[in-house]
Amino acid sequence: MAKIGVFVCHCGENIAAKVDCTKLVAAMESHPGVAIAHEYKYFCSEPGQESIKKAVTGHGLTGVIVAACSPRMHEATFRTACAEAGLNPYLCEIANIREQCSWVHSDGEQATRKAIEITRSLVEKVKRNNELQPIEVPVTRRALVIGGGIAGIQAALDIANAGGDVVLVEREASLGGHMAQLSETFPTLDCSQCIMTPRMVEAARHPKIRLLTYSEIEKVEGFIGNFNVTVRQKARYVDMNLCTGCGECIIKCPAKKISGEFDCGLANRTAIYTPFAQAVPNKPVIDSGHCIYFKNGKCKACQRVVCPTGAINFDMEDELVELEIGAIVVATGFQVQNTALYGEYGYGRYPDVLTGLQFERLASASGPTGGKIQRPSDGKEPETIVFIQCAGSRDPSKGIPYCSKICCMYTAKHAMLYHHKNHEGNSRIFYMDIRAAGKGYDEFTRRAIEEDGAGYVRGRVSKLWQENGKLMVRGADTLLGRPVEVAADMVVLATAMVPQSDSKELGKTLGIGYDEYGFFNEAHLKLRPVETATAGIFLAGACQSPKDIPDSVAQASACASKVLALFSREKLEREPVIAQNNEATCSGCWGCVLACPYNAIEKKDLTDRAGNLIRRVASVNAGLCQGCGTCVTFCRSNSIDLAGFTEKQIFAEVMGL
Amino acid sequence: MSEPFEPKIVAFVCTYCTYAGADLAGTSRLKYPPNVRIVRLPCTGRISPMFILKAFQKGADGVLVSGCHPGDCHFDHGNYHARRRWTAFNALLQFTGVPEERVKFSWISAAEGIKFAELIESITEEIRTAGPFEQYHKLIAETGSAASV
Repeated sequence: MAKIGVFVCHCGENIAAKVDCTKLVAAMESHPGVAIAHEYKYFCSEPGQESIKKAVTGHGLTGVIVAACSPRMHEATFRTACAEAGLNPYLCEIANIREQCSWVHSDGEQATRKAIEITRSLVEKVKRNNELQPIEVPVTRRALVIGGGIAGIQAALDIANAGGDVVLVEREASLGGHMAQLSETFPTLDCSQCIMTPRMVEAARHPKIRLLTYSEIEKVEGFIGNFNVTVRQKARYVDMNLCTGCGECIIKCPAKKISGEFDCGLANRTAIYTPFAQAVPNKPVIDSGHCIYFKNGKCKACQRVVCPTGAINFDMEDELVELEIGAIVVATGFQVQNTALYGEYGYGRYPDVLTGLQFERLASASGPTGGKIQRPSDGKEPETIVFIQCAGSRDPSKGIPYCSKICCMYTAKHAMLYHHKNHEGNSRIFYMDIRAAGKGYDEFTRRAIEEDGAGYVRGRVSKLWQENGKLMVRGADTLLGRPVEVAADMVVLATAMVPQSDSKELGKTLGIGYDEYGFFNEAHLKLRPVETATAGIFLAGACQSPKDIPDSVAQASACASKVLALFSREKLEREPVIAQNNEATCSGCWGCVLACPYNAIEKKDLTDRAGNLIRRVASVNAGLCQGCGTCVTFCRSNSIDLAGFTEKQIFAEVMGL
Repeated sequence: MSEPFEPKIVAFVCTYCTYAGADLAGTSRLKYPPNVRIVRLPCTGRISPMFILKAFQKGADGVLVSGCHPGDCHFDHGNYHARRRWTAFNALLQFTGVPEERVKFSWISAAEGIKFAELIESITEEIRTAGPFEQYHKLIAETGSAASV
């Protein structure tokens, strides 16, 4: 027999001024199953809570209804009070008679009638509530960091330095990401290699970090604290244990005219190669797509002629590495937009039209020209360079309405670097706006204008063509209100930052959301910016949105703190509002599997004692289930139900109205 | 003379968006007619057509299903399932002769207290004009129950 206690709160005057609480109490007292009904000025106060606790123990209540403010306000308060009195907290429900009744209705009589119906319906619901226990799941204290750029390295180091184990996965042959390609970095003009490469080495040598380069995420299963991740370690064809990194093979490789990715096509590489001189690990890989042996079955020059340690192995195959992981940091970065979209700017047609990233390689001391700004076409030093900002960004017609955030700053930097290397040089920058919000950023762009002669022209470029060995750039100067034409020797496009081309696939593998462009979605843009909607997976760097280095590093450290907070717990406790399946009636139609947004429903074999399969049924993974209840509505045999919001509870609630 | 007809409307809402929007209407002290009764669920994806039938069985003259805006669902895509289910179910109801305005669907976010109040205002008016849902209530009276608890 149900013994429900109903506690009607006046909330000072907030409820009592509209709702006749005494009438509500009287109506509840005569309702079947209600043992006691009390009213009080403030049930959330200390004496209020005490009186509820006393009633629970004194009357041996089997359920509690507090008719008060919204459950979003004080559900936790009253459930805790019930738990302290020895009643399972999930046997307490809140009837919202303030926000959804007394505050929104002017007529007292109608409000009272509505309050009675609301309270009555929840009494009917709570009669059917079950005792629920919080779900405990263990935590594996090992983090997976996907992406070995600056964000990934920062997150990995922060976690490892605090004592957590880290597996750092990078798909290229070396750590470094885009930051390793940069020449100097704004606004301090630190040499990128000087600040980046020590971090790369530190990450690789850290005893708590396991480095998996030339590897990609194959499969992710499980849930927060308990992920099972499969990583595909691509065949390098070079035994990492035997190779000493002497580089003899690279010198001897006859396939020398392969466009180098690290130098953005401005220099060639061999088929066996390290991406760049300071690569970590500094051991080569064989690019099987270009290797003469893999193409023709002949050559093996690297193996036969030179390798002193016999490290080269053409029979090597991809390996799958299985990992147990507690938390995942996604730091997969960005790529530069395909400039083929910009026919009017002549990229690809004129060799001296470059992307910003190519200019970085030209300006870099480790680049193909040793840091000299030279035209790719004839090696001459350009006398005039035109920079075009927003080549892609903020252009809805090209599908990118967003601002790429870093281009204003790096263009100012490019103009500076050019001026530092060529004092007579002339730079013209076409821009829409100068967006220089950041510590020292506005001062930096000012410096480019005032000290380094950067000539800013506010307007867009409409056309670019070649004439007498010059690149003719025609645009508008919207401040002067007239067209401009500049004869340039080189043109640099500040191309947009876009997500990695396969980011959506990775999003699906991980079970995290992404936006229309493919940038990963955070749980809340302002209040939960590093978490994803999937518990235990965090975001760092430009894979979430265009970001500069300071922001990426800050976000990476924020991820590390989230991961470490998770690792500081022995066990995780979760709300027990999850789906439960009745295996006896489940027919295995898998409607629930289709419905579940979290892949929380697994197919389970029911076997007899001899181990023979009887049938397969759905089984809810309590760690993955978030408790939306979509599966319940899909279930044709009424086998799945949602704890806390069961069919019986809701039906009773509706019939109580 | 009998009392003027006051429709009874049952709203099935998700806790993350529309329930919070209804709370906001309260904290903003907006006023709307007292005809609506809210049933809170974790997600609109949890809302079964059976709930709607149950509400009619209990004497509701109109039902509202409301959740998060497309793309905003706390549970990723429960609201899309709800919309699809509602579209199919409402088509079935119309086939059996139930007019469209009896079951409404809307998106109301946690920030849209005003929209919630306005929606309840307009739905109440609409159902008031449509009159009591006697068609169904009579059927229940004749046949006993539409669905067993």
